[in-house]
This record gives sequence, structure tokens and C-alpha cells, in this order.
Amino acid sequence: MPSLTLLGQALVSGVLAGGIYGLLALGLSLSWGLLRLVNLAHFALALLGAYLTYQLGTTFHVSPWLAALAIVPVFFLLGCGLHAVFAYFRVTEFTSLLVTFGLTVILESVIQWFWTADYRRYETPYATASLRVGPLFIPTLEMLACLTAAALAFATWGWLRFTYVGKALRASAEDPAIAAAFGVNHRRQAYLLSGVSAAYAGVAGAFIALISTLAPSQIWTWVGVVFAVVIIGGLANPIGALLAGFLIGVSESLTMAVVTPAWAPLVSFSVLIVLLIVRPGRV
Amino acid sequence: MISRVFMACRGLVAGLLVLALTIPAGAAPSGTPIRIGGTLALTGPLAPTALLHKIAGEVYIDELNKANGLLGRPVEWVLLDDQSKPDLTRSLYEKLLTVDKVDLIIGPYATSGILAAMSVAQRYNKVYIHHSFGMPHLAKYEMHFPTAAFGPEPNVTLPTTVFNALATTATPPKTVAIVTSKFPSAQFQSAGAKEVAEKRGLKVVLYLEYEAGNRDWGALAARVKDAKPDFLWVGALGLDGNQMLEAMKKLDYTPPRHFHLFPAPGPMVVAPDGNLALSSTVFEEHAPFLNNPGAARLVPLFRERATKANVPYPHVDTQVAGSFAAWQVLEAAVTATKSLDDKTLGQWIRANRVPTIIGTLRFDGPNNYGDDLFKVKQVQDGKWVVVWPKEFAAPGARLLPP
Repeated sequence: MPSLTLLGQALVSGVLAGGIYGLLALGLSLSWGLLRLVNLAHFALALLGAYLTYQLGTTFHVSPWLAALAIVPVFFLLGCGLHAVFAYFRVTEFTSLLVTFGLTVILESVIQWFWTADYRRYETPYATASLRVGPLFIPTLEMLACLTAAALAFATWGWLRFTYVGKALRASAEDPAIAAAFGVNHRRQAYLLSGVSAAYAGVAGAFIALISTLAPSQIWTWVGVVFAVVIIGGLANPIGALLAGFLIGVSESLTMAVVTPAWAPLVSFSVLIVLLIVRPGRV
Repeated sequence: MISRVFMACRGLVAGLLVLALTIPAGAAPSGTPIRIGGTLALTGPLAPTALLHKIAGEVYIDELNKANGLLGRPVEWVLLDDQSKPDLTRSLYEKLLTVDKVDLIIGPYATSGILAAMSVAQRYNKVYIHHSFGMPHLAKYEMHFPTAAFGPEPNVTLPTTVFNALATTATPPKTVAIVTSKFPSAQFQSAGAKEVAEKRGLKVVLYLEYEAGNRDWGALAARVKDAKPDFLWVGALGLDGNQMLEAMKKLDYTPPRHFHLFPAPGPMVVAPDGNLALSSTVFEEHAPFLNNPGAARLVPLFRERATKANVPYPHVDTQVAGSFAAWQVLEAAVTATKSLDDKTLGQWIRANRVPTIIGTLRFDGPNNYGDDLFKVKQVQDGKWVVVWPKEFAAPGARLLPP
């Protein structure tokens, strides 16, 4: 029988891992839900962001927070550029899977070309820092990532719900023709949203650089679980993505603590299947 | 006048002598290249380590060709990317033998790929030398020759070596936690470590297996901390061990002693919690290993090439040395038999001992495995040094207690 401390620590670990899942899922959920583009390249952009943070930190001694500030606008423009390509080639929801898969493979090769296939680790003095709450330890970096994910999720939710742009985006996703009849310029807003999604990938990348090991193939590590999070959370639902991240993270972590770590990868898809059975109209 | 002619002749002779000394011994190879086919995981999750095997192979082929090649012919390495996928590895070896029609083959990187390609080698009766296979009991092909010198039962011999080393310390461990990746060779050897520990009377307080590509180390770290072992065996590949140590540090916990099965050597050396970490090795860049055949020549060449390739840890250790040894065995067999016939080469390799950079290899044991040449190494003052057995320890080094 696991001790209460172990269970508590696993819970903390799961919530924090869930924050990272939510952060990664945020941009993917927006582009899938509002632009009808399943952007697999989102994961490659996140890893590219991680490598850039690593490079700026190790070569130019730029703090990761400053690096993230520099990466966000660059990735925003990158996202806009990417959307220009999608728009030019009239990429649809289905073809976006194939196109962005190809882009991901290309980006993986570019990353490998620049940084080699070898492992990279961004060592920082605060990498192992934790806050102590009673018998539990809360790793600082993971906590920051989780708080950032929550802040972005709520800000995005507010943006979509209360601003004209957000309402227009949701209207266009619902019925593009009617939205256009009401004067919604979907094209311009699509660029904005694509840029924002890519910028979120950059933010996630900065945290991945600080928390995780970098290798080009890491791109694929996140794909399955983050897709499950996006679907469980609901498309274009930022807070749903965050909560789904927590659900998956905690489920995985408790499985590791109570049963066996080998079963943890089954959890995300098991939860997804159960939810699809219980709420089939969800997706 | 005579004196001037004599001086000119003397200068000419000296010049020729310098020229003769600066070009490599033996005539340049000529004729149709001998094509040696193989794959490596140039992309995918195994790519970080496969990159080292690629550089080692390139260094070796270049050195061969700078000398007399093989049988006086240049050597060409036909290298394909198996993307870390065993199924693709199998198809690519089929292609190498049937489409590219290579003369000889050499193994890919890592257990699953090697096993996948072994069936192809067997079907075409090719000599199959490989350098990183960790499950000897599965290698049944009579013409496979491993240079990963695990011996026939690494699940017994390797943990025994590690526990023997620990037993020499003032406070030998009484409890053990084993956390292992489900990567086949790591899981196999770690399961062996559990049995060996129990047979020696040690209490295994935790045994956990996790999937390769694990993302959440916090829960694993919490379980290890909860178990409070005297000794932690991490059956990990690459940076898993670093991630474990870091996750435990975040819980304000460091295990008293920790062993890592197949770690990425560079990151462990520089990791803040990597000091005194233990691992296994067949080669490190210090005496007596530097006296092994080829070491003095190959080590600086590898360092130079790996540094140019932006490899963060450009040093020769187990992986690279195993790769060099594979090429050394192939060269020795071809040179000794003056043949490219697989059957002839296979018979020679099985019947002979081959001096290599990792020591003298033999292939006449069960499943063509010879001796377990693995030693125990430890991170001390920012570098890996062999600490056990004593006769292989780095000058002045000994196993340091926590």
C-alpha cells in the first residue's frame, strides 16, 4: 500500500505534468478547432523553440525568460508565414495532417542538422529547485510551466469569449458564410490565430528546454498524449485543454505510483476511449 | 665540386626519407572497392548513440583506405538510415544484399535492430559482425559475431561484477531498488540484477519497469524515495538516468549509490548529481585501455572527428570502442584469410582470438559469445574512470563510497 506522502507527491507530479500537456495542447486545440487545421508541425515548432532557448542560453548566455520573449514574436511571424502557405495551397482539415506531417519531418531533419542527433541538456542552477509544502515538494520549473499554461488558457478563453476578434473567430469556425455576411474578415483573423498558436508552441518550447532532455526525435514523444488531451478537452476550448491535461497527467502519475510505470502510457488513450463511450458526441 | 654534388645527394636522400615517413605505410589501395553494407539509426530515438557509431565507422574506413584498404582494394561503407525501426532495418539489409549487392555486411546499432537484421544475414549466409547486442541468448545464428563483450550471460555476469565492486566498500548496500526501461536489453539485464541481488542476500525493496520515452519522472522518483534503498540500479538508456537523478533531487533526495546501465556518458559527467555515479564499460580513455591495439591511433582521430561533428562528449567509451572492435574483427578476418567468402571468414573468426581496442575477443563460447569484458566505472572529478576490477582501474583510482 503506497504511503500518503507518495500519493500526494504523485498527485503533485501529475498536475505539473498535466500543465505541460495543457500548454502544448493549447495552440493545437485552437488551430484545429477554429481554423480546421490539424497542425502536427506544432510539436516540431515547440521543439524548435526548445532548441533555440537552449542555444541562446548555452552560447550567448541569454536567460531562458529573455529567450522566450525573443522567441514568441519570431514564432508568431513563423505561424503567420505557415498559414500563408496553407492558404495558398488551400490546405483542408484532412490534407493538413499530411502536409504538417511532412513539415514536421523536415523540421526534425533541420534540427538534427543544426544540433546533431545527440542529446542536449540545458543545465541551469534552478533546474532542481523545489518548494516544500509539508512533506511534499513542488518543482519550481514545472510549477511555473503549469502556471503559465493556466494563465494562457484563461487569457485565451477570455480573448475568444469577450473580444470582437475572438467572437469573429468562433463565428467563422461555426459558419464561415454567415460570419462573412456579417463582415467578419476570416482570412486576417486566421493569420492572427495561426501566429498565436505558433507563439504558444514557442512558450511551451522554452519550458521543454528547461525541464526535458532535447533530441530531435523528442518531437514524437508528445504527439499521442497531447492529441488525447486536445480531444478530451474539446476543440478550441483552452480551459478544457488545460483540465484534460491535468486529468491525463494525474491519471498517468497515479498509475505510476500505485500500479506500475509501464502502464502509464495506456492511461491517456484509455481515458479517451472511456470518455468517447460515455460522451460519444464530444468530438 | 664533389663536395657540392655530395651535399645535393644528401639533401635529396633526406627529402625522400621525410616524404616516405609522412605518407602512410603500404601502397594506396586500388581496384574495385570492397563494399560493406550496414544501417545505423541516423534518425529516431536511437540516433544520439548511433551517431557515435557512424563517426567511429567513418574514422576506421578512412584509416583503412589511407593504408592499404582490404586486400589492396579500397573500402566503401554503404550506410543507410534505419530510422531506429527494426522492421525497416530488416528491409534495408535485404536491399543491401539483393539490390546494392554489397560484398560484406556489418551490424546496425542496438539490440532490436541487430536481431531484426540477423534473420536476413542468416538467410543469405553472411558473416554478421555487430557491436551493440545485449541479449546473447537470442542470437542463434552461427555466423553472427558480437563485439559488445557481454559474455553469454550478461544478466548474471554484469550485475555480479557491479555487486562484487560494491561489496569491497566499507558499507556495502543491503537494500536495492531497480528501475528499468522496458527497452529489451536494459530490461533483460536489470531483471538479471534483481535475481543476482536476491541470491546474494540483498533485499530488493523496489522493482519497476517503465516504457521507453517516459515523460513523467516525478512519480518514479517519489517511489524510489519512498523505498529508501541503499543502492539504486537504473536500467536506463541515454539520458533517462539524468532525468531520474534530477527528479529525485527535486524531491530533496539523492540515493546513496546509483548505477546506470547504458547512460549517455557526457551528460552524466557534467550533471550536478552525476558525481560518483556508477556505470559499466569496456573502454575508457586511460591506462591500461590506451595500450590496447589501435587505441593510440583511433582515440585522437575519433576525438577530432566527433568535435568537428559538434558531438558534446567527443570521447571513446563503450559504444565507440565496441564499434571500432567490430571493424577490427572484420579487418583481421579478411586480412588473415585473404578472402571475402563469408563461410571462410566465419570459420576463421570462430577459431581465432582477435586483439581489439577493447581487449582480446573470442567467439567460441555459447552463441558465439566469449568473455564478459565489462568493468565498473565511476564519475570522479568530472570524468569517468574505471574503478573495478582493480587491475583495470585508472591510475590511482578506486571505488569511492558515497
